[in-house]
Amino acid sequence: MRRSFAPWANPDAKPLIRFENVTKRFGESTAVDHLSLNIFEGEFFCLLGPSGCGKTTLMRMLAGFETPTEGTITLGDQNLAGVPPYRRPVNMMFQSYALFPHMSVEKNIAFGLKQDGMPKDQIADRVGEMLRLVQLEKLARRYPSQLSGGQRQRVALARALAKKPKVLLLDEPLGALDKKLREETQFELMDIQHDLHMTFVVVTHDQEEAMTMADRIAVMDHGRIVQVATPGEIYEQPKTRFIAEFVGDVNIIEGHVQGQENGLWRVKTSSAEAPLTIDDPDEVLHSGQPVAIAVRPEKMVIQRDPPGPGAINVLTGEVWDIGYLGDWTVYRVKLANGEILRVTRANASRFVESPIDWDEQVYVTFAPDAAVILAE
Amino acid sequence: MMDRSLTRRLTAGLVPAVPYLWLGLLFLVPFLIVLKISLSDPAVAQPPYKPVFEWSDISGFLGGLDLENFTLLVEDDLYFRATLSSVRIAAVSTLLLLIVGFPIAYGMARAPERYRSLLVAAIILPFWTSFLIRIYAWVAILKPEGLLTQALMGIGLISEPLDILNTETAVYIGIVYAYLPFMVLPLYATLEKMDDTLLEAALDLGSTPWRSFWTITVPLAMPGIIAGSLLCFIPAVGEFVIPDLLGGSETLMIGRQLWSEFFSNRDWPLASAVAILLLIVLVVPIVIYRDVEARRVEARP
Repeated sequence: MRRSFAPWANPDAKPLIRFENVTKRFGESTAVDHLSLNIFEGEFFCLLGPSGCGKTTLMRMLAGFETPTEGTITLGDQNLAGVPPYRRPVNMMFQSYALFPHMSVEKNIAFGLKQDGMPKDQIADRVGEMLRLVQLEKLARRYPSQLSGGQRQRVALARALAKKPKVLLLDEPLGALDKKLREETQFELMDIQHDLHMTFVVVTHDQEEAMTMADRIAVMDHGRIVQVATPGEIYEQPKTRFIAEFVGDVNIIEGHVQGQENGLWRVKTSSAEAPLTIDDPDEVLHSGQPVAIAVRPEKMVIQRDPPGPGAINVLTGEVWDIGYLGDWTVYRVKLANGEILRVTRANASRFVESPIDWDEQVYVTFAPDAAVILAE
Repeated sequence: MMDRSLTRRLTAGLVPAVPYLWLGLLFLVPFLIVLKISLSDPAVAQPPYKPVFEWSDISGFLGGLDLENFTLLVEDDLYFRATLSSVRIAAVSTLLLLIVGFPIAYGMARAPERYRSLLVAAIILPFWTSFLIRIYAWVAILKPEGLLTQALMGIGLISEPLDILNTETAVYIGIVYAYLPFMVLPLYATLEKMDDTLLEAALDLGSTPWRSFWTITVPLAMPGIIAGSLLCFIPAVGEFVIPDLLGGSETLMIGRQLWSEFFSNRDWPLASAVAILLLIVLVVPIVIYRDVEARRVEARP
């Protein structure tokens, strides 16, 4: 059902949120730099980037806590310029949760509804509904100081959802949770978003979180958006070296374009004797151009026996490090030129006859379409 | 090993004893002396009351004590009116201090961090000058031909000299001026700790800034509001210098009454009784506050 959801691919679809040429400067520094972005109704949208990339500023402009220095933000048909935070149909879940310490859980959740002047009995119904949604019925009368981190996170979510906002903003929603709880909550957030048909905009620096939850991810760096795409596209077709390195693990092999044969690029590198063959037809390159080849560790094959004659993309080296992770084994292979490759192998069977060992001479290969060429 | 644990036990016992010793010696003993004097009768002697305590005649000494002074306090409505007027002036002053002090403390807490310690120093700075001199300075400002009248007439706001000195208004001005740091500092301490994102969360949930102030800022600042109010109200009830210098003869306050019994009438026993009365007036609100606070903490650990 979710697969067919791709309004961004439909040129007639009208975006719910539009950032148009938005710039935000704090004194000398530019937090957001001439940024344009469309977010569609019902999307689970992630702003991903390292700290200081401007993702939080972007979200705070949407919530109304910061005013753009230039450009416009529209929500539906409404230009948000000059609309104060308390008049925006947008609610936010804060990174620190920002629960009111002097109010019980139910008072916290009811706070926003009270501001709208909703009748008392309706408020009680809605609060009950929210408590059921986040499974906190039994803790309604507790105070935030009496809750665990995970429970507080749920209260913050319930409070932000209570007013049924057009857009829910989540600032590092899972940042304060431990790993197990984080994974569970990721899926829960996705379910809630799906059930309520709400638009979620999440800010995170955790690429795994973004990959799991988002319909689309915008990767930000230095106040600009580097790429907006689905998690799959971001991972498999990163536009720049920054994205390839920021999202997931990657091996970067630098070289120069030698030419094109049968639609495949030939790239000369110092890592392999023969030029590498890469199948990345979308790139427009010229001979002699310096490029970076990006290959994900799981798309490389490590073997002890030399590959047959005519094999392409063969790198030789010795095993430098082995890390056993249970589901995966990570090999760090040192090439003749001193570069270190990271190759992973799924541990599909419990016992291996004679496993590859430290210091062994190994061959690493990858298919032409396993790699991406990134123009420098 | 033995020695060390003994020393440690001794230290553990002695350290808490220090404040008790201090309170006992410098608060409880003087209080008992004042209580004793309040139960005595005035005398033209040295000291000016009797009976004087003597080990040889304890029963005679105890028999000489009575509640006469307290009966007088109840019968003469001057003391009742003075107490009431003191409480009223102190309460109004505390309210004025809150109104003046809250914005100052709020502004300080919202100021950029590097300026904050400077602002705190500025609030404390007046203490470097003698309290008496500062109150005298207000006489010069408030008197009919004083600076305030000159300034206001200079810019044409008033045509007649202001007659503020020797009125209750002057007392309020004096108390607000003199006690402001005691209000601002506790308020600043709680407001500075407050998490700004709470206000953002309130705005985000549709609460206007004005409502957010009343529903979030004020409740969270309550410990500071109460501490500041007590710090101002309690000494203001017993205030003597400010009403004496700025309030004129019309302003009735219990502190002045105490002063005149003690120094003008040289009636130490009656003055002591007034002091005990003042103490009771002040202890009651503190006990109530502590009770309320204890219940609040119990409800929300």
